[in-house]
Amino acid sequence: MAHALGHDEKTLAKVGAVGGQALIGALDPRIRIALACLFGIVTVALTTIPALVAALAVALGLLSVSRLPPGRTLKRMALMDGFILVMLVLLPFSVPGDAIFTLWGFPASWQGLWRAIEIGLTANAAILALMVLVGSMEPVMMGHALHKMRCPEMLVHLLMFTIRYIEVLREEYLRLRAAMKVRGFRPGTNWHTYRSFGYLVGMMLVRAMERSERILDAMKCRGFSGRILLMQEFALTRRDHIFAGAICVLCIGLLALDLAWR
Amino acid sequence: MHIVDGALSNPVVIAGAVAAAGGIAMGLRSLDLERIPTAGVLSASFFVASLIHVPLGPSSVHLILNGLAGLLLGWAAFPALFVGLLLQAVFFGFGGLTVLGINTLNIALPAVLAWMLLGRLIGGGSPVSGAVWAAIGGALATAGTTALVALSLALSGDEFLTAAKFVFFAHLPVIVIEALLTGFAVLLARKVKPELFATARGVPA
Repeated sequence: MAHALGHDEKTLAKVGAVGGQALIGALDPRIRIALACLFGIVTVALTTIPALVAALAVALGLLSVSRLPPGRTLKRMALMDGFILVMLVLLPFSVPGDAIFTLWGFPASWQGLWRAIEIGLTANAAILALMVLVGSMEPVMMGHALHKMRCPEMLVHLLMFTIRYIEVLREEYLRLRAAMKVRGFRPGTNWHTYRSFGYLVGMMLVRAMERSERILDAMKCRGFSGRILLMQEFALTRRDHIFAGAICVLCIGLLALDLAWR
Repeated sequence: MHIVDGALSNPVVIAGAVAAAGGIAMGLRSLDLERIPTAGVLSASFFVASLIHVPLGPSSVHLILNGLAGLLLGWAAFPALFVGLLLQAVFFGFGGLTVLGINTLNIALPAVLAWMLLGRLIGGGSPVSGAVWAAIGGALATAGTTALVALSLALSGDEFLTAAKFVFFAHLPVIVIEALLTGFAVLLARKVKPELFATARGVPA
């Protein structure tokens, strides 16, 4: 996953770092989370290729009205494809059916090929819609929205802490790696490398624990009682209703297309 | 180790989501106000650790370290790893939405099992014996995750049997690396901060 991050790129967007109000950015975060779930479930339910192509088109359409940089978002999506490629390539050979060609005595079947395409389309459409609808909001905003959607308070706390400290800890990791590099450490497939990486992880954990003790003290000092205070109230507007209605109609359309083609 | 949307059959996805919700509930019940920062910062640490790429021959593998997460967090590993997977899916496009439950289960359940089996042994005895048990725990957790991923694929249809076997054998070297790194991480932590494994689970040092 580290490939997805450029060298100077932050792990998660900082509060207030995401500017500009494209269509999706102006919507209520709760609606965006709910619609991403709806779209994901509908997409997984689709089984025909035309319907899945349409679903991917909808996700791409959403991308074009969001403020996410299309190039980087699609690159991240493509990285996931590289990840599942092996499984997809194996499928034509493991599904019995009409042979397309034979490789080293293993026949590849049309049925398997279609199944692989189907999975590839589903995975891409669902994850792209999720990234566009939810991934385009500030991470902290997602925590608040989930809290408003009655997620357990403790889980939201965990989420907020993770969001807050990922970047801090990643910088610490990069600092430790730089210190290792300065001392002439070059990773390779050997005992020394694995021991050094193990110590690195151990050191990160020790520092993380010590950091968490300081955080707890600081929080207690400010009267932390476990309640989550919201920075803003969410309110549904006309625009939210229209957008939600449009996505619902699109979802019904996708399901109808799927049924018609079957 | 991520499974994507659309690959698994509905019963597997639904059963995974239900079981993961149960595990997350168990984990949240084991947390209290005092432990929120610890669990939160560790959850972020494991997210960062999963960004580390360790060389393996001509290629490299990224770490999971779910065994270490289980040994440190106990049941709280469930919500901590779930949060990591959620952020990966939403902001990085890794994994999927409907498979969040089954992915959480596949990674967190072996972690909790490793903790139940070996948790007590990590903090006791000499640092070296603690490290050896931790290495075994790390190997068990990663092997368990690999087996569960292969099982979820195999249960979803015969067409995935080849992929399931492939996933399992391809991850054998990863299991060895995870074991080594978990062991060395615990060795260092035991020497530098011996009370780590007691305080992380809320037991007074």
